[in-house]
Amino acid sequence: MQELNGEKTSKVKKERTPMPEQPAEERKKNFNEVALGYAKEDALAEASRCLSCKEPKCVEGCPVNVDIPGFIKLVCEEDFSGAIEKIKGTNTLPAICGRVCPQETQCEALCVLGKKGQPVAIGRLERFCADYERKQGVKVPEIPEPTGKKVAVVGSGPAGLTAAADLAKLGHKVTVFESLHKAGGVLSYGIPEFRLPKEIVRQEVEYIEQLGVEFKPNYIIGRIKTLDELCDEFDAIFLGTGAGLPSFMGIPGENFNGVYSANEFLTRVNLMKAYDSEYDTRVRLGKHVVVVGGGNVAMDAARSALRLGADEVSIVYRRGEDEMPARREEIEHAKEEGITFRLLTNPVRILGDEKFNVTAVECIKMELGEPDKSGRRSPVPVEGSEFTIPADVVVIAIGTSPNPMIFKGSEGLDQNKRGTVIADEETGATSKCGVFAGGDVVTGAATVISAMGAGKKAAKAIDEYLKEQ
Amino acid sequence: MAYKILEKEEIAPSVHRMVIDAPDVAKAAKAGQFIILRINEKGERVPLTIADFEKENGTVTVIFQEMGKTTKQLAKLSAGEFLEDFVGPLGTPSDVEKLGTVILVGGGVGVAPAYPQAKAYSKAGNKVISIIGARNKDLLILEDEMKNASSELYIATDDGSKGHHGFVTDIMKQILDSGEKVARVVIIGPPIMMKVGTGVASPYDVEILVSLNSIMVDGTGMCGGCRVTVDGKTRFTCVDGPEFDARKVDFVELMNRLAMYRGEETKAVEKYDEECRCGLH
Ligand SMILES: Cc1cc2nc3c(=O)[nH]c(=O)nc-3n(C[C@H](O)[C@H](O)[C@H](O)COP(=O)(O)OP(=O)(O)OC[C@H]3O[C@@H](n4cnc5c(N)ncnc54)[C@H](O)[C@@H]3O)c2cc1C
Ligand SMILES: Cc1cc2nc3c(=O)[nH]c(=O)nc-3n(C[C@H](O)[C@H](O)[C@H](O)COP(=O)(O)OP(=O)(O)OC[C@H]3O[C@@H](n4cnc5c(N)ncnc54)[C@H](O)[C@@H]3O)c2cc1C
Ligand code: SF4
Ligand code: FES
Repeated sequence: MQELNGEKTSKVKKERTPMPEQPAEERKKNFNEVALGYAKEDALAEASRCLSCKEPKCVEGCPVNVDIPGFIKLVCEEDFSGAIEKIKGTNTLPAICGRVCPQETQCEALCVLGKKGQPVAIGRLERFCADYERKQGVKVPEIPEPTGKKVAVVGSGPAGLTAAADLAKLGHKVTVFESLHKAGGVLSYGIPEFRLPKEIVRQEVEYIEQLGVEFKPNYIIGRIKTLDELCDEFDAIFLGTGAGLPSFMGIPGENFNGVYSANEFLTRVNLMKAYDSEYDTRVRLGKHVVVVGGGNVAMDAARSALRLGADEVSIVYRRGEDEMPARREEIEHAKEEGITFRLLTNPVRILGDEKFNVTAVECIKMELGEPDKSGRRSPVPVEGSEFTIPADVVVIAIGTSPNPMIFKGSEGLDQNKRGTVIADEETGATSKCGVFAGGDVVTGAATVISAMGAGKKAAKAIDEYLKEQ
Repeated sequence: MAYKILEKEEIAPSVHRMVIDAPDVAKAAKAGQFIILRINEKGERVPLTIADFEKENGTVTVIFQEMGKTTKQLAKLSAGEFLEDFVGPLGTPSDVEKLGTVILVGGGVGVAPAYPQAKAYSKAGNKVISIIGARNKDLLILEDEMKNASSELYIATDDGSKGHHGFVTDIMKQILDSGEKVARVVIIGPPIMMKVGTGVASPYDVEILVSLNSIMVDGTGMCGGCRVTVDGKTRFTCVDGPEFDARKVDFVELMNRLAMYRGEETKAVEKYDEECRCGLH
């Protein structure tokens, strides 16, 4: 029996509690957060939908196995501090995961309520608890006696931040090296403010600093120091350098002015704040913007372009909507904001004028054929179906691979053909002694929570490795 | 983290030399590499070549020309002040080895990046013939330094106020014609000068390298903004370069890409100059 709105009901509400958000007409003109977060009443109503299953499936769906029924029970009891403590037992960045995890394919996918109605909005509850804690002021845990061991973390994305925090809590001296001027990895330069406010990332980094971790920005491993040199200075190393190298399509016209990789476009907008006239970095403002790709990156680029003032923004994706890898919520939000989806469409050529400015994208229609290696039906071009879409800005968001810089001057670090570092799935151990790796640099572009999961496992393995030393 | 400016002087009209305290960068720096700096939180990331470095003192020297808002703002800073960010060394170092005779051609502020190369090639045992040029004699930079670092130094000015009346590439052609056996020519300067120079040197049996300045954001291979076409393939200047085989570079594309933000930049400078007049800076 569940208690809902003070009434005893024998049935759980099928529908989840809606998330308050900025109206689409409003939000497409600003970079403020789209989803506004649950109020206390919303959180209580949503938490009360949880059945407290004896064998909760949702926990299995979460890559870091957050004790979901446990924290939701505490929310029901209005013990929000207890709830956040429970979440933080396994997840160091809940304010971030609650906002950007693809919950519909992870924890919420396995919630039994999802069979008949909508699953419990686990991500929204997680976000609520984390935001509650931030308003109260985050408590810094006691740090144990220093072990005297030094660990270097290369890269400050979710994998590196998680590994650094866990290792610091175990008493190791941690130094994080980051090539950009700001910590956070993709959280800082890739994911836009309207999905993940940078203030949250800043606060998370500050928290980790309070754990005694030293951050060295503007410090590129492979340039200032090689990995081998780090190995001499530190007792162990965690590589969390991500997958930041942009892929291009290799079609004619890709170097015309106005054609961006999603990384450049989003870095100019997020890290360098090109949308704010107070900042010096610029980005080309398009009237007609074409974004190529179907993942979160494509959605982010398209919705950023719209907010910069474009009249029309289209997403060009070679498969169908069901095959799109983006989070469901982002696809919905993009549609509400008026982004045009041109599915089963693939660019074949980019056209430009004599001044080298892009003018249009020539595309071809696709149809779905036999399943390919990814298990998804593969797109096949429909002969003779070429057409052009006018464009003055084109953003290519078709994937990334690891930056090879870390391999410069480093002996014995094995990588595979795709350029990713080979590491043990359970421990993150690489072929190089004392060097562990995790996150996108091992898996290729994946998710925030999987990168964090890898950082966590590696921290544990590094701790064990250091004890054996 | 901040990086202290130790020295600052105007070495030619609108051309400034700045020495920065950046021990980590200085220690790792090699000829041909560059840094990216940011003046403050709201500033742009601008790339500048490492013109000199001292590993013992931990200092890095840059030489820059006032172009747009950022370099004008940079010119206003004095010794004792700080830069917010200073990342480097970036780029693949020049492949300096003993080749025999090397001609270094530097135009305008392009002489700044040519200077560490002159030193490096000389140290590696090469005969270094340097040719430096500018529009007029007041704009010439690093004359004494280049003289000390080279076996021979030639000067060209567009108006004939010093040295040869004409272009650096005229002198380069004379040397190549003289029968002197030259192994490599390195041309560094404005894109149009590198393009013309490449055209002049191409018929000779000599390796030609140019150092490309494409527009950059991160300098680590992450954004792809610095892409250039070399030998028909897309390459990233910041990691694959900045030096490339000149005969294979698509200079027309490079020059067009450099013009990408010109409109916005002009506006930014106008706004900045306006604010300066109002005493806001
Ligand atoms: C636009 C965009 C939107 C996304 N949206 C989502 C989403 O909604 N949900 C989700 O779960 N995932 C999303 N992702 C994916 C997710 O962000 C990544 O999977 C995750 O950030 C990977 O974490 P990481 O720690 O492995 O690497 P990164 O976050 O890539 O961090 C790596 C860091 O290492 C630094 N680095 C690299 N090389 C060096 C070096 N040699 N020396 C020093 N530092 C170095 C880099 O500068 C960077 O800061 C998105 C990705 C992008 C690009
Ligand atoms: C590897 C590299 C090394 C460089 N070394 C030097 C150096 O030693 N001394 C020096 O004076 N300049 C150097 N430059 C050029 C310098 O980076 C630009 O002049 C500077 O970014 C201009 O900034 P601004 O804000 O003052 O001007 P802006 O207003 O940004 O631009 C002024 C002009 O510079 C061009 N420009 C803008 N950004 C860049 C950029 N990132 N790279 C190249 N051109 C640009 C624009 O097309 C415009 O015509 C180098 C550039 C690169 C890529
Ligand atoms: S961390 Fe992500 S996957 Fe795990 S419970 Fe939270 S929202 Fe779900
Ligand atoms: S500057 Fe970003 S890839 Fe070269």
